[in-house]
Amino acid sequence: MTIQSGIEAKLREAFAPERLEVINESHLHAGHHHADGGEHANFDGTGETHFRVRIVSEAFADKSRLERHRAVNAVLEGELAPGRVHALAIDAAAPGEPTRW
Amino acid sequence: MTAINDYIDSEVKSQDVVLFMKGTPGFPQCGFSGQVVQILDYLGVDYKGVNVLTSAELRQGIKDYSSWPTIPQLYVKGEFVGGCDIIREMFQAGELQSFFEDKGIAAKAA
Repeated sequence: MTIQSGIEAKLREAFAPERLEVINESHLHAGHHHADGGEHANFDGTGETHFRVRIVSEAFADKSRLERHRAVNAVLEGELAPGRVHALAIDAAAPGEPTRW
Repeated sequence: MTAINDYIDSEVKSQDVVLFMKGTPGFPQCGFSGQVVQILDYLGVDYKGVNVLTSAELRQGIKDYSSWPTIPQLYVKGEFVGGCDIIREMFQAGELQSFFEDKGIAAKAA
């Protein structure tokens, strides 16, 4: 299973989302590297290092932005371990809230 | 409390607005950190940038400090406000400006 499909499966199970998109944005970060070399020394853009999650779920109703992000981060804790997914952008909304996707 | 935790705690409280980021405000080394720098600069608030790339211990320590797995992280008056997505959403909704106002922090561009 790819990291991408693993993220999708975990989010569907945890949040039963109305809408969900998991986008691999790693190609946007090709050539991006960190001088410290502590994580990935270099990204060639072909891997699964940078993701964007867009999710609409009833589970986020009455939750603050911080709480929504913490809930998503907790479900994806394994993926966010050092050396795996380097960056995760999150757009989390409850049904009825404006989205731009 | 570990030494790195004490250090982060003192940095967080050293100024009203503190941004833990990759690179410096003058030379961000990550697009997400760069977005928050642009927003803070646009609003014209005084802030301190702390470059986590200077130390692996600091880079991990700041993730543990607020149980938040990613960088950048913005702190206002010692309180964790959010990462790049949250700061950008607050800014776009006009909430970041009123948040700074409520905290008594001058936004020169407002």
